[in-house]
Order: sequence, then structure tokens, then C-alpha cells
Amino acid sequence: MDSAGPAGTIPETELPAGAERWSAQRVVLSALAVLVVIWLLVKGADDPRKFAVVSLNGLTLAALFFVVASGFTLIFGLMRVVNMAHGSLYLLGGYLALEMQDRWFKEEGGGLGLSLSGNDETSYSLLAWVVPLLLATAIIGVIGVLIQQVFLRWNQGQDLRQALITIALSVIFADQMLAAFGGISKDIKTPTDWPTSINLPGDVRFGFFRGVVVLGAALLIGAGLYLLIKKTRFGKIVRAGVDDRDMVSALGINVQLVFAGAFLIGALLAGFGGVLGGTMIALAPGEDTSFLLSSLIVVIIGGMGSLGGAAIGALALGLVDAYADVYLVFGDTDLTNYSILLTFALLVGVLAVRPLGLFGRPA
Amino acid sequence: MIAHGRNAWLLLAAVVLVAALAPFVFSEFFVSVILTKALWLGVAAASLTFLSAYGGMVSLAQVGIYGVAGMAYANLVLADGGNAAAWAPWPAVLGALLIATAVGLGFGAIASRSEGIYFLMITLAFSVLIFYFFSQVTSLSGFGGVNNLDLPGLVGEPVQDPAPLYYTTLVVSVLVFVGLRYASRTPFGLALQGLRDEPARMRALGFDVTRHRMLAFGLAAFVAAIAGLLSVWYNRRISPGSINLAQTIDVLIIAVVGGLYRLEGAWVGALVYALLDNYSREYTPEIGNVLGPGRFNTVIGIVFLVIVLLSPGGLVGLWESGRERLARRRPGGGSPRNAVGAGSEGDPATSGAN
Repeated sequence: MDSAGPAGTIPETELPAGAERWSAQRVVLSALAVLVVIWLLVKGADDPRKFAVVSLNGLTLAALFFVVASGFTLIFGLMRVVNMAHGSLYLLGGYLALEMQDRWFKEEGGGLGLSLSGNDETSYSLLAWVVPLLLATAIIGVIGVLIQQVFLRWNQGQDLRQALITIALSVIFADQMLAAFGGISKDIKTPTDWPTSINLPGDVRFGFFRGVVVLGAALLIGAGLYLLIKKTRFGKIVRAGVDDRDMVSALGINVQLVFAGAFLIGALLAGFGGVLGGTMIALAPGEDTSFLLSSLIVVIIGGMGSLGGAAIGALALGLVDAYADVYLVFGDTDLTNYSILLTFALLVGVLAVRPLGLFGRPA
Repeated sequence: MIAHGRNAWLLLAAVVLVAALAPFVFSEFFVSVILTKALWLGVAAASLTFLSAYGGMVSLAQVGIYGVAGMAYANLVLADGGNAAAWAPWPAVLGALLIATAVGLGFGAIASRSEGIYFLMITLAFSVLIFYFFSQVTSLSGFGGVNNLDLPGLVGEPVQDPAPLYYTTLVVSVLVFVGLRYASRTPFGLALQGLRDEPARMRALGFDVTRHRMLAFGLAAFVAAIAGLLSVWYNRRISPGSINLAQTIDVLIIAVVGGLYRLEGAWVGALVYALLDNYSREYTPEIGNVLGPGRFNTVIGIVFLVIVLLSPGGLVGLWESGRERLARRRPGGGSPRNAVGAGSEGDPATSGAN
């Protein structure tokens, strides 16, 4: 299952033609990239304040994508398991946190709940957000390890079968979540004390939760994962395992324990992302698909198994999403409906030049 | 395949004969809701199984491609919603097949450069992107779908008399089955099987592996497009919801349950699926919110899980491994790659006997 083009396996006669083709593609893609930048500059100069908000929207979306996709890519990098239930873990994490918040922390304000404005009367303490966050994340971590131990441990190396198993699990999860939590879109409430927005220089107002909490959490997680992978013994084993699993295990390291650890972290990140996403966007059936897709695209762009690739991929996807949703208007023609095509173009563009993603390496 | 050589043709003839008599035996409901549905779902799954069995590529883009065909047809003919370009049905059929096959070739050009699990993920992304595309672009998908499509005279009025559509679907299924089996015996198909098993060696022999994969993907896209047309004829409508991830997974489930390594498995899986879809609701015990008539997806998910856990070769694989238990020692569910390898050992024997 090596890549499509390890140099050694390509007949020599094909190389020059291939090389020319890629350089032609590079020229086209670079030209396109320049056009996109110019287009953004023109649009941005039009209304800098709007441009700042749209950019921040993209950044915060990217932050959320990164949190979710980093777990996905970590699991794949080490174990070659494509966890198709990652989106389900994301959504379940959000729903669990919401359930806890509703059950334990709903403090009715005055008015005996008779107020027509409904939830506005309810107030939430800081704990009402943090406790569900931590608990739901932990539960998802445990579920992740259970999935790995029960369904994936004994068929290590059969990547297609493992993908099918996790797809089956995601079908069951999706249906059970629909049964348990219903089909209506819900969201997790932030603590009442938190400001709704912050003021940035240049008279730009932006949502506090998106701009501070989500972005901050993603940066912390990114830094934490970086330190974990680069500086700890666990990280050393993970990196060694990515390169040569059999050798690591031959050196007397309990690879199964490391695998379980990696799956734990991957699932924790999905659950954590679910709570962030459930607060920032919404929880509804279909969000699992949506975040599985974004995780897939992020790691396909960035390269499977690469943390840095996940960051770049998330950034690219988040920004493309945000800009395409707003700026795909040319004169009177509003093409924002077609914004998904830009995401597609991003994916195809990267794959055309690098079939394994930006930072991908042959398995 | 299950039977070898001449027997295979006799078996096929027998199955087709029985199937042809079905409208005289079964109720209209059964013919329409079970048999016709199983046949067109089978065609969709066959496009996946073909790529998997002969090319070693498990593609999840097939539903996306059949969605393109269905949407193209729905927009080209007279209909409520969409473009309603009001072409006659047959030119629209041609147009839809062309568009969907072209889209498939385009996808193939990108995805064929990846292998294995990467291929699966990229094609899944394609399929879901197509779903989101049609969800967003309501000028093509209408609000909540394109309805009351104009159908070719051939299939009559499926609601009043399901038989014409049933026979059409049956004939198309047989053509697809025979056609794909024939394709697998051509030099093209043999080379495809070669690069499934030994891509590096095939490359060294001078085969353009990527182009070969792309063409195979295009052929499968054509078959998927046929399934898309049959599905819109069957439903007489199409909405983005009918080409979403759930449907993508349903077709995957059908292919896997039937067996990813045998073409006929596609229709076996589809029949099982259609039966479960209709009758499991009556027999599903009700356990609170967790299980019950409304929880079909849980049931089919569990069936899928059990099949994947027990037999990567699906039902056809189970049957075969039962038959050939002595001839072929299978370690407790061999890897898909092994199973593919096992398939390739069987194939030359069949082609030799023919």
C-alpha cells in the first residue's frame, strides 16, 4: 500500500513527461492562488472591518477543525486506523455535555419559568460549562479506548476492515443519538458571566467565546500536543511507532499500551472538540458527518498523521469556508451557494500536486 | 464465480428466469418495494464491488456519482423544481449518463493516484461534497427535492403497474452484471486485476497504473450513473437527502454484506437490505428508546458490524468459505488484502473454464 509515486517504481521513460506535467500544474495552481489573494485584497480593502471579522470567523473555525482533526490524524499516524466514528465521538461529546448542563446546572432565574423569552432567564455559572466539558471529554476518551480495545485491537493492520467497523459503529451511534437527543438543533450555553463579545483594535467586535475560548483552547492543545510528541517519552514512542511499529515493539515497548494511549488522546480531542463546537455552532444530527468530512479534508490536505499538516489543513479549510461564504459575490451575481466548490477545489488542488497531502509520507 | 464456467451461466439463467416470473407470483408491493429496489440498489453496489473486486479500490464516491446522474436527469426532464429543462426523457438519460461519467472520470483522475485507505477517504470526501453541493444549490435540487419527474414510456407508470419498471431494472441489472464480468475478462480487466495485486510489477511492465485505475473508475461511474437513473425512475423524485452520507454508507453496507470480492454479492446484499428495510421493523423487539421499529439504522448498523467482524467476504464469502472450507484454510477472517488475493485465485479458474 505504498504511495502512487515512489520514485523507484516509476519507469525512467515516464519521468520527464511526468515532471513537466506537474510543473504545468504548479504554474496553474500558483496563478490561481495569486488570483485568490488579489481577490481577497480587493474585497478586504472595500470593507476592512468586515474583512477582519470574516478572517476571525475563518480562524476560529480552523481552530475547531484543528482540535477535532488532530485527534483523527494522531490515531491514523500511529496505528493506520481511519476512525470513521470520529465525527460520532465529536457529536456525542457535545450531547453529553449538553445533557449534564441541562440536568445539573440549569438554575432557573425569577419568573418561575413562565417567561416567554424562555432560556434568557436561565443563568449558568462557570462550573456549568467547565464541569460538563471535562466530564464529557473524559467519557468520550473512555468510549474511544473501549472501541479500540473491543473492535480494533485484534485486527491491527487490516485498515479497510477497521474503517468498515468504525463506519458500522458510526451508523449505530448516529441512530442512537437521534433516538436519545432528538432531531432538533441545540446548543450548549456559555457561563452567564462571560461577555458575549470583545472589542478589538480598529473598532472590530468579535464573539468572546469564538475569539478567546475556542482560539485559545486550540492554541493550547496545539502547543500541548507538540510538547507531548516532541518532548516526552510517550511522544518519542509515538514518533518511533509512526516510522516502524514492529521495531518499536521488538525493542520491548508495550505497543498495545501506546496504541490505547493514542486512541485515548484522539478520542479526548474529539469529545473536547464536540463541546467546543456544541457551544460555538450547534448540536444536531448531521454534525457528525460534517465534522467527519472536515477532519477528512483537513488530514487529506495536511497529510495523514502529521500534526503540523493538520494545523495547516485546518487553517486552509477554515479560511476557505469563511471567505467563500461571504466573498463569493461578483457584482450582482451571488455565488455563495456554490461555496462548497471552493472547498472541493482546495482538496483537488492539493491532491493534484501532492497525492499524500502537504506533509504526508508514504505509509 | 459461485459456480464455475458453464454452470455459472446456467445459474444466472435460472436466477433470471425465476426473477422474470416474480411479478406473476408476488404481490405488486413486493415486486416494487423489495425486488425492484433490490435490483437498482444492486446496480449501485455492483459499481462499488467491481472496483473493489477487480481493482482493489473501495470507492465511497459511487453514491455521489449516482446522485449527479439522478440530479442531472431530474434537471433535464420536465419536473417540479430544479431547472426543468423539459428535454424528452431519452436525451436526458444520455445527458445524465455523460455528465455523471465525466464527473466520475474527473474524480478518478484525482483519486486514482492514491491507494487503499487514502482512496477510501478521498472518495468519501467527494461523495459528501456532492451532497453538500446539492444541498446548497437549491436552483438545481429544488427546495426539498425535484419531484414528479417525466419518465420514459418504457417504464410506464410505476405507481399503477410496477411490472414494466421491474423488467427494465432486471434487464439492466443482467446487462450490467454480464457487462462487468465481460470487462473483467478483457485485456483491460486482466490488467486491472494485475495492478490490484502487483501495482509495482505492472508499472515495471510499462502499464500506466494511474490511467488504468482512472478508466476503471470511469467505467464504475458509468454503472453508478445507470443506478442513479434507475433510482430516480423508481422514486420519481430526487432530493439531496437521498444522496447523503447515510445513503453512501447504505450502498457500502450492501456491497460489504453481499461480499466485496464477488460481483453477484452486490445483488445478494441489496436483496437482504431491501428485505431487512421492510420487514425488520415488524420483528424488532422494542427496548425503550434503544431498539424498536423506528430504529432501522441501528439494526442495519449491527448487521453490518456483525458481517464485517465475522466475514470480510460478506454473505457470498461465508457461503464460499463454507463450500471450500477444505480447499481454502481461512485464518479467522483474513485481511481484506488476503481476501482479495483469494478472489484473484478463483478468477483465473473461472475465466479458464469459460
